[in-house]
Amino acid sequence: MDIHEHQAKEILKGFGVPVPRGGLAYSPEQAAYRARELGGAAWVVKAQIHSGGRGEAGGVKVCKSEAEVAEFARGLLGKQLVTKQTDANGKGVYRLWVEEASDIAQELYLGFVLDRKSERIMIVASGHGGMEIEDLAEADPDSLVRMVIDPAVGLAMYQARELGFRLGLEGKQVDQFSTFLRACYRAYRDLDAMMVEINPLVITGAGDLVALDAKMSFDTNALYKHPSVAALRDPSQEDPREATAFDNGLAYVGLDGDIGCIINGAGLAMASMDMIQLAGGAPANFLDIGGGASPDRVCQAFRTVLSDQNVSVILVNIFAGINRCDWIAKGVVQAYKEVGIQIPVVVRLSGTNVEEGQKIIRDSGLPIISADTLEEAAHKAVAARPQSAAA
Amino acid sequence: MAILIDENTKVVVQGLSGRIGQFHAQEMIEYGTWIVAGVTPGKGGTTVLNRPVFNTVREAVEATGAEASLLFVPPPFAADAMMEAADAGIKTAVCVTDGIPAQDMMRVKRFLRRYPRDRKMRLIGPNCAGIISPGKGFMGIMPPAIYMPGRVGIVGRSGTLGYEAASQMKALGIGISSSIGIGGDPVNGSSFKDILELFENDPETDAIMMIGEIGGPQEAEAAAYVRDHMTKPVAAYIAGLAAPKGRQMGHAGAIISAFGESAQEKVEILSSAGIMVAPHPSDMGATMARVLGTKAAA
Repeated sequence: MDIHEHQAKEILKGFGVPVPRGGLAYSPEQAAYRARELGGAAWVVKAQIHSGGRGEAGGVKVCKSEAEVAEFARGLLGKQLVTKQTDANGKGVYRLWVEEASDIAQELYLGFVLDRKSERIMIVASGHGGMEIEDLAEADPDSLVRMVIDPAVGLAMYQARELGFRLGLEGKQVDQFSTFLRACYRAYRDLDAMMVEINPLVITGAGDLVALDAKMSFDTNALYKHPSVAALRDPSQEDPREATAFDNGLAYVGLDGDIGCIINGAGLAMASMDMIQLAGGAPANFLDIGGGASPDRVCQAFRTVLSDQNVSVILVNIFAGINRCDWIAKGVVQAYKEVGIQIPVVVRLSGTNVEEGQKIIRDSGLPIISADTLEEAAHKAVAARPQSAAA
Repeated sequence: MAILIDENTKVVVQGLSGRIGQFHAQEMIEYGTWIVAGVTPGKGGTTVLNRPVFNTVREAVEATGAEASLLFVPPPFAADAMMEAADAGIKTAVCVTDGIPAQDMMRVKRFLRRYPRDRKMRLIGPNCAGIISPGKGFMGIMPPAIYMPGRVGIVGRSGTLGYEAASQMKALGIGISSSIGIGGDPVNGSSFKDILELFENDPETDAIMMIGEIGGPQEAEAAAYVRDHMTKPVAAYIAGLAAPKGRQMGHAGAIISAFGESAQEKVEILSSAGIMVAPHPSDMGATMARVLGTKAAA
C-alpha cells in the first residue's frame, strides 16, 4: 500500500528524520495561507499523488509569492496528473504540500527495500540523488552502494558510518547520516514497510541533512498490526475496479485486452493469460477468485470483469482443490440470472466435484461453451469473440 | 522413498482443532497419511479425529515422536508457530497459510539459522498447497486423486498450476514421486534449488518438472544449480509472459521489479542452462514426455 509524500514525511519525522517544514492544502486559498504561515520568501508547492516523476510532469513548482502559490494551486487541484509512472489517465490531484524552500548544496539517493536474494532489508544509496533509481542504475551503476541488514541485530553503527564514508561524507555529516539512516531503518522495521525512499536526501548550504522528498509503501499483509498506517489508504489514488475487487476478496488487475478472465490461483491465472496470448487473443484482466469460492463470490467476479467495457468474452478456468466445481458452476448459472451476461462465456472445470459441476452447466440450458483443457478453453475464447473485436 | 514425506512420516497438525485444519486432516488420514497428533494452544488434553491434541509442539513431539508438522495457523500467529515447530525438533514443516507479513518471514528465516545443519528444520511455504508423495501420504490442501504414483518430481510456486501439471502428466501415463509447493510469497522457507537438490539425491525420482513465475531471483539460482550440479533432466514452465512490468499478479512475490525477473528473461536463463521449457501451460505434460523420451533414447 502506497501513501502520500506528506504522510511519509510525517511518519519519518516521528522517528527522528529531519524534514523541511510544510503544510497541507486542499484549496488555493489554503495553499497561500500555508505559505504565509511558514514565512520566508520562497516555497515549493508539490502535488500529492501516488506516483513519482511529479516534477517533470508539472506537479511541483518553486513559488516566490503567495499569489504565485495560489495561482499554481488553482491550476493543479482537481487535475489528473500524468507522469511517466502513471497510465494515460494519470492520478487525481486533490491535495498539495506547501513547503519552505531548501538551500540545496548536494543531492543524495537513499532507499530501503526487501532484498529477495538475501531475504533481508537492503539499503541502496548513491552520491547522486534526484534521478529515479532505475535511471541511476543505468547511468552510473558504480555509484550505487548496497548494504544488507541482519534482522537479528538491526542496522549497526559501523555499517551506517561506513555507508556515510562511501558516499563521500565528512566530519559531523557522517554522524548526522548515521542517525538519519537508523531512524529510517526503524521506521521500515517497526511499521512493516516494503519500501522507504528518500530521493533526494539533500545536504543544505549550512551542511545539514534533510529529506527533501519521501516515499513509503507498506506490506498489506501487515496492516492489521498498524491501524494508523492502514488509515492512510487513499482510494482516490487507486483504480476503482481494483479497489472494489480487493474489498470483495478478489485479486484483480486490469489489463488492455478484451478476454475477461476468472481463474482460481495466481499461477494458473497468469498461465491462462499466457495461453490466451499464445492463442492470438489478449487478456482483459488478471483475476484470482481464491480458495473455497462460493457461488456469490463467483457472481461478484463476473460483475468485476464485466465492469470493464472492453470485455467481449469471458473465460472461466478452474482447477479445484479446496474449491468445488459444483459451487463454481452454480455461481456461473447465478451470474447469468443476476448479472445479465450478454457475451460468450467459456468454462473449463477440473478437479474436485468436476462431474457435478459439468452436469450443472449442461443442465442449465444456458449458451455456455465448455472446454476440457486450458489450451482448448483459450482457443475457444479467442474464437468466440465477436468479429468486430477480432478484426 | 520419494522426498520429505512418505507412509512412515509421523505428522502433527498445528491448528487441528480449527474447521479448516480438521477438514484437511480428515482427507489426509483417508489418504493414508500418518497423522499422530494435533497442536492447539489451550486445547491440550482434547481429542480431534481420534488424535490427541497438545498445547505445545514440544509436548506433541515428546509424546508421539512426530517429525513433520503441517500448519493451518492464521497469519498473525503463523510465524510464531513455525519457530515453535523448529525449536521442538520438527524436521519438516509445511505452512499453508496465505497473508503472512514479509518481515515476519524474514525473522523466521533468521531464526532457523540458529540451529546446526543436522537439527535445522526444513520449512516449505508459506502460501503453498503443500507436499505429496502419491500413494504414500500428503500434507496440504491438494486434491490427491490427480497425482499418479511414479518417478517424476514436481516443484512449483503455484498450487493450481501444479495440479495442472500433475493432471497433464497423468493423462500421458506419467506418475509423480513427490510434488512440492514452495509457495508464492517473496520470502519463503525452501527455494527451487533446495528442492531440486533433494530430488537429485532421491533414487526414486528420474526427472523434475519445475514451475516458476515472474518475480524474484530463485529460478535463476535454480538454473545455475541445474547446470553445474544436476545429472537428472529438468523441464520447466514459467508463468507470466503476458504480465506487465511493475504490477503485482496475485502472489505477493509475483511482480517484476528487477532485471532477469520477467518470464521471457527467466525462460532464456533456464534454456541456456539446458532445461527444456514448455512453450505454454498446456504443454507441461508433453514437455516432460519429451524429456523422458530423450533420456530413454540416450
